[in-house]
Amino acid sequence: MAEQLYQRDVYGQTLVKLGELDKDIVVLDADLSSSTRTNLFAKQFPERFFNFGVAEQNMMAAAAGLASCGKKVFLSTFAVFAAGRAWDQIRVSIGYNNFNVKIVATHAGITVGPDGASHQALEDIALMRVLANMNIIVPCDGPQTADAVIAAAETPGPFYIRLGRSKVPTIENKDGFKLGKAQVISEGNDVTIIACGIMVFEALLAVKNLAQKGIKARLVNVHTIWPLDKEAILKAAKETKFLVVCEEHNVIGGLASSVGEVVAGNCPKKVIHLGVRNRFGQSGEPQDLLKEYNLTSLDIEKAVLSNIS
Amino acid sequence: MDNRQLSIKELEAKAKETRRLIIEMLAKAGSGHPGGSLSATDLVVALYFNILRFNPKDPQWPDRDRFHMSKGHCCPLWYAVLAQTGYFPKEELMTLRQLGSKLQGHPARSTPGVESASGSLGQGLSVGLGMALAAKMDKKDYRVYVLMGDGETQEGNIWEAAMACSHFSCDNLCAILDFNGCQIDGRCEDIMGLEPLAAKWQAFGWHVIEIDGHDMRQILSAYEQAKTVKSKPTIIIGRTVKGKGVSFMEGVIGFHGKAPTKEEAEKALKELA
Repeated sequence: MAEQLYQRDVYGQTLVKLGELDKDIVVLDADLSSSTRTNLFAKQFPERFFNFGVAEQNMMAAAAGLASCGKKVFLSTFAVFAAGRAWDQIRVSIGYNNFNVKIVATHAGITVGPDGASHQALEDIALMRVLANMNIIVPCDGPQTADAVIAAAETPGPFYIRLGRSKVPTIENKDGFKLGKAQVISEGNDVTIIACGIMVFEALLAVKNLAQKGIKARLVNVHTIWPLDKEAILKAAKETKFLVVCEEHNVIGGLASSVGEVVAGNCPKKVIHLGVRNRFGQSGEPQDLLKEYNLTSLDIEKAVLSNIS
Repeated sequence: MDNRQLSIKELEAKAKETRRLIIEMLAKAGSGHPGGSLSATDLVVALYFNILRFNPKDPQWPDRDRFHMSKGHCCPLWYAVLAQTGYFPKEELMTLRQLGSKLQGHPARSTPGVESASGSLGQGLSVGLGMALAAKMDKKDYRVYVLMGDGETQEGNIWEAAMACSHFSCDNLCAILDFNGCQIDGRCEDIMGLEPLAAKWQAFGWHVIEIDGHDMRQILSAYEQAKTVKSKPTIIIGRTVKGKGVSFMEGVIGFHGKAPTKEEAEKALKELA
């Protein structure tokens, strides 16, 4: 079994490392620092950490003010509160200003688990994707979380980085991380499976099972939702028979929509969307929820088998 | 900017000139918000000409005092003052709200001297808080001023920020409330009552100064007093008249967001001559 890490642990540790090198880094949280792991930074650099209490809108707009004075601001809360509660503050005070604010939202997706629908962000990618200037990364595992956080620190402008709550297995043997450059995890020309976040691991399991059935699937990890790697998507659309897109998100407005928009305008191919469809989440254990919402490797395999001719 | 302090008379003349520019810009643009621009004019003119530390030749000078207009719809006032203090030529004021203009319908960073966009109400005090925290972290002595509208304080975000400015002891932040008592749909007290406003800010841990927001002496002394307050933020509540300076606009709700016609502008400019 592969190594399993909490993405938010890696996030907190990476922040501490960055904080040592870059004195302009300031970190904000809204009463969730022990969950988002910004508390690691707070412990090391208390003078550069501010807890805003349960007031996400204020935190978001204050981040803009800090950024206007040259600070590189990382801020965290759960994805529902970051993208949902404070969307207008992100739009007007961060996005429109094109300020250097990095929103690292944790506890995204259905695998939040027992907390249920109110806490399961299934819309956040869509909400961020419609904002001009916003870079969006959905890292697939622990090490890629570090890559994403470092890339955000090194690249001026607003970022939204989406992390999960649960431990995720590390995907071995990936190419180096480059912002906006998709990673081909496995080669194949029968079908392309495109995934982001925790769905990359589920897709990898599906690829292995499909291989045993003689189907060669290409697996593409589109970790950067914006700027989107159109080239990799179009290449896959041209070279393989159809595409299956998997995301722990509503099928509307997220990765599947991104892929669909590129393919439809340039190289029409069938694009199958595996995500949450017109439903809110609910309480349950993460693995049971993935099954309930058809987001397991078996669901991916089924989608491939029922569409391959 | 030269450091000469203007006399009360000179400030009043600047305010009159600013009001004229606001009327001319809005009449030319054909849309925009005269009421709140005119009510806050004296508060902002006094600040820019006698209090604020800045250099229009170097808008990003790190030690500059920060001003942010949270009630973004009153940007004609801001633009008029920025032009008069040398951030850009006065002629540019007549491009307000036109395609491709630096002077957008609501503040944007395309305008020299504008630190941050606004227009969606309630966010500016938080933006100011971020600036004040940055000053403290960097051990800089610049001050932060945020202009808010009274109707704007119906936004929840304002009270989140009010709580936080006080929690973080931002004595380098001074909020200015243009209390003209009117909002788009009517009198504030009829739409969503604000009173007792001073008591609310006091309860949130602020030093509150209440003044006549059209009296230059009171305005200047309030800004000076705010500088001396330690360990808590200050709010200056300026009682003002919406549409101040133009008789047929004063207290008239309809002029919140309606530009003067050509005839109205001519009449207004005569009154402001």
